[in-house]
Amino acid sequence: MSVQTAARPGSAGASSPAKFRTTRLRPARIGRRSRRSLALTLLMGLVLLYSLAPLFWLLVNATKTQDGLLNSFGLWFDGDFALWDNIARTATYDGGIFLRWFANTVLYVVLGAGGATFLAVLGGYALAKFDFPGRKAVFAVVIGAVAIPGTALAVPTFLMFSQMGLTNTPWAVIIPSLISPFGLYLMWTFASEAIPTEIMESARIDGASEARTFFQVCLPLLTPGIVTVLLFTMVATWNNYFLPLIMLKNPDWYPLTLGLNAWNAQAATAGGEAIFNLVITGSLLTILPLIAAFLLLQRYWQSGLSAGSVKE
Amino acid sequence: MIKTLTRRGLLQSSAVAAALALGLTACGGGGNAAPQQTVNSDAVEQALQKGGKLTVWAWDQSLKKVAEGFEAKYPNVDVNLVNAGTGNDQYTALQNAISAGSGVPDVAQIEYYALPQFALSKSLADLGQFGAADLDGTFTAGPWSSVQAQGGVYGLPMDSGPMALFYNKELFDKHGIAVPTTWDEFLEAGRALKKADPKAYIANDTGDAGFTTSMIWQAGGKPYQVDGTNVGVNFSDAGSTKFAETWQKLIDEDLLAPISSWSDEWYKGLGNGTIATLSTGAWMPGNLVSGVADGAGKWRVAPLPQWEKGATSSSENGGSSLAIPAASSQAALAYGFLKYSNVEEGVQTRIDGGAFPATAKDLASEKFQNTEFKYFGGQKANQIFAESAKNVPAGWSYLPFQVYANSIFNDTAGQAYVSGTKLKDGLTAWQKASVKYGTEQGFTVKE
Amino acid sequence: MTMTSPQVAARAGAGAPAGQSSRRASRRSWAGWWFIGPFMAVFALVFLAPIAYSIYLSVFRNQLIGGTAFVGLDNYARALGDAQFWSALGRVSLFLAVQVPVMLFIALVVALALDSGRLYGRSFFRISIFLPYAVPAVVATLMWGFMYGTRFGLVGNINQAFGLNLPSPLSSELVLASIGNIVTWEFIGYNMLIFYSALTVIPKSLYEAAEIDGAGQLRVITAIKLPAIRGAIVVASIFSVIGSFQLFNEPSILKSLSPNTISTYFTPNLYAFSLSFSGQQYNYSATVAIIMGLITMAIAYAVQVRGMRKER
Repeated sequence: MSVQTAARPGSAGASSPAKFRTTRLRPARIGRRSRRSLALTLLMGLVLLYSLAPLFWLLVNATKTQDGLLNSFGLWFDGDFALWDNIARTATYDGGIFLRWFANTVLYVVLGAGGATFLAVLGGYALAKFDFPGRKAVFAVVIGAVAIPGTALAVPTFLMFSQMGLTNTPWAVIIPSLISPFGLYLMWTFASEAIPTEIMESARIDGASEARTFFQVCLPLLTPGIVTVLLFTMVATWNNYFLPLIMLKNPDWYPLTLGLNAWNAQAATAGGEAIFNLVITGSLLTILPLIAAFLLLQRYWQSGLSAGSVKE
Repeated sequence: MIKTLTRRGLLQSSAVAAALALGLTACGGGGNAAPQQTVNSDAVEQALQKGGKLTVWAWDQSLKKVAEGFEAKYPNVDVNLVNAGTGNDQYTALQNAISAGSGVPDVAQIEYYALPQFALSKSLADLGQFGAADLDGTFTAGPWSSVQAQGGVYGLPMDSGPMALFYNKELFDKHGIAVPTTWDEFLEAGRALKKADPKAYIANDTGDAGFTTSMIWQAGGKPYQVDGTNVGVNFSDAGSTKFAETWQKLIDEDLLAPISSWSDEWYKGLGNGTIATLSTGAWMPGNLVSGVADGAGKWRVAPLPQWEKGATSSSENGGSSLAIPAASSQAALAYGFLKYSNVEEGVQTRIDGGAFPATAKDLASEKFQNTEFKYFGGQKANQIFAESAKNVPAGWSYLPFQVYANSIFNDTAGQAYVSGTKLKDGLTAWQKASVKYGTEQGFTVKE
Repeated sequence: MTMTSPQVAARAGAGAPAGQSSRRASRRSWAGWWFIGPFMAVFALVFLAPIAYSIYLSVFRNQLIGGTAFVGLDNYARALGDAQFWSALGRVSLFLAVQVPVMLFIALVVALALDSGRLYGRSFFRISIFLPYAVPAVVATLMWGFMYGTRFGLVGNINQAFGLNLPSPLSSELVLASIGNIVTWEFIGYNMLIFYSALTVIPKSLYEAAEIDGAGQLRVITAIKLPAIRGAIVVASIFSVIGSFQLFNEPSILKSLSPNTISTYFTPNLYAFSLSFSGQQYNYSATVAIIMGLITMAIAYAVQVRGMRKER
């Protein structure tokens, strides 16, 4: 892969100050001294604390009853440990609707994030490896469109979808999820690095079609990038809130975010039961699968990241 | 239901609503009422026997049982009850569906304050064609006047929110403070409570359009004058002034807890003695039971404090109706559901589910009046609520763009709660902003 | 992984990569559209069509009484003289000027610390600091909203424990900073990952050269690392500019806790939303959205031009 860097004028090597010699003299290890620093670790510990404290709050409060929630110190456990009971109640409340929302969310993520990743990979590949009419305009148009506040587009989008008979169906959530401008950008940069042009050329000389070249030759090279984009689109789809709010009226099609909001709002309706403890437990259950996905996919990132670092 | 005007959902800022299929006719078809022909009320009965599928949008949970009873009585009818969001969220959805001309439900729950807005734009069917006018006297005066607009009847009252003073008796007893019967006494009680316990507040308030208008209503104010598209907005009448002056003192002396209603802090505060009273609609008990379990046995109900000693004036807060969107193709069948739910058997079903009815007969019934509330130490609180329902001053109206007006309350009047702005000036700013909006929308508005 | 390899990132920031034609596989042809086509088709449906419809809406006016009329550019003239619009714009500009640099700075420091190899438990830090990104904005805001409570929240607990009288984070003076805190919390990890990925692909040879020249850690950072990831910084800045100008979820959810300090025109996006959904002023709302889109694009472009100029 070093071909790329070498072939490109204006790469990092050239733009860094000339006084550093850029020749390779020794095995790569030297540059990375692994002297551990306690002071630096402690400093980063502050950022870590900042990142995790609210999640700790969520965890602690998911173990409390509705009563304990209102009457105990927020950052520590209450006498009653009600986590299992809360989870059971969350799963069974209102005829087990939470599980239905969970399944919906999974459906939206599989089709929405999966589709978004697929489109972004195709598009990024095109931007990186093809010269086609209008290529320069594509990214400018995408960025420009993203700059328009989405909330103001909600009503026009709703009316259009309504004309097409898509509102109140899963498609109303899935189709808009298929666009990930950031994913497109990531794949563009990744594909231009990861796919040597020579490989494509030789595949073509062997008589492979463009589709075959892409799927059999290029796609495997893109795997680490695909995992990263998948991760970002998964988060975006999993956390999608505003669009489903406009598009869906039937709670049977709600994703988790909308369902939790409905539960939260329930406390503010006359005759409605206040179930903050279930909202909090439900929130915890909502983010757990994402955290699990992060940990699981971390292996791929790491391989992706290290693949980058041994590149030279 | 009764979701009160004070509710704050996640998208509260978003209140939505209203009318206007007009806005987006470029895109959508529906929303315009066909000329109404009077339908023989036998038509309703025929529709019920013939049956069909009814889509009902409502967030009131007691309707579930009503729908079951309705289906049992009319086996050919299939009710599809959908919770399309609470309050403003649902109005957004309804407005969008009306604009798009598809997916409009056959029945929708709409709060009283939002009803004029939908009625004015002809988004709702006039129920006069089914003989709804004959129901005069069936409902208490406040809700019944709230469903009339433009000379028609645009919904049937489902519940109501005659106001009362909910108070934490334990807290009052502990500090030896008398339960206030006038708002001046309320102010005194607030001072005494603060002195006895600096952490306790007589009430919570962070500025709430629904509460403010209800209070002005009780004081005899009539800030809104509506005659078709001629609208008057004026917060300088005697009733509004009375409220502003008293509340200014409560704010200045820091006697109101800066806790927003319906937040978790609020539920906490009601349970642990931080918030001593709650002046709100009769639908509140259910929420106390489920949300403030700690308060069981400690809380009681009293008549709303008066602006003048010895008076018996009251007010309405919250409450909603069931209405039929003009775009529904099954209006007769839908009206059958409305009648079942809000006039006939459904009323008792909903009372059993904890709802507060709007029907005069049920409010007066012995069973209802003698219901003892365990939460309130066995008190027969319905007697107080029913009495309150009778004493709501007549002649109140909401703006035909009240949903928007309420959404900007905190931009204007609400500033009195967080800055040096006087409440009186805040109300004037609210008035000006409402007038500006009304004028932009083509109303003839005078201040 | 090269997800934001510096050179490409810098070019992507420029809108259209230049000087790559020698590496592109095919000569100018329409073949690339087979790959970018699906993305652009969905993009046209969910972005371009609603935008076009909004532009159409923006030249009309609709009234509850009186119906719809063509008004030309009246809505634009009104926006330019609308004090509420300008105050909203001023607020997000302040937010942009303060929150974005703070967030990006912390993210950069964390990324550099991770990359330095001097931390204990590096992968634990990396995954933990990234975790808040998995939390839906709805849930994140509810959590922080609770902690901001001066009575029963964390602030209240601190006041009680230390006998302090900290002001409410939701008071008018502090509310913008409190929102900034939530956004920072949510996105430090996300930006950190972008920077970190860019850092890992810096050719080792540069470090070795620096080593030989006896450059210290700080010198390596300023002379090699920062210039090398400038492209990633530019891109992160552009996405942050867009994010700031579209600030919506956090203030709209916190508004329920603090109705008086967060107005309906707190941010331009909130204003457009309120106009459209509460006020039924679709036409004017569309106008505000379009103006905001143009301003956002202009600023993003300026950020990118400035980022590029430094590099030269």
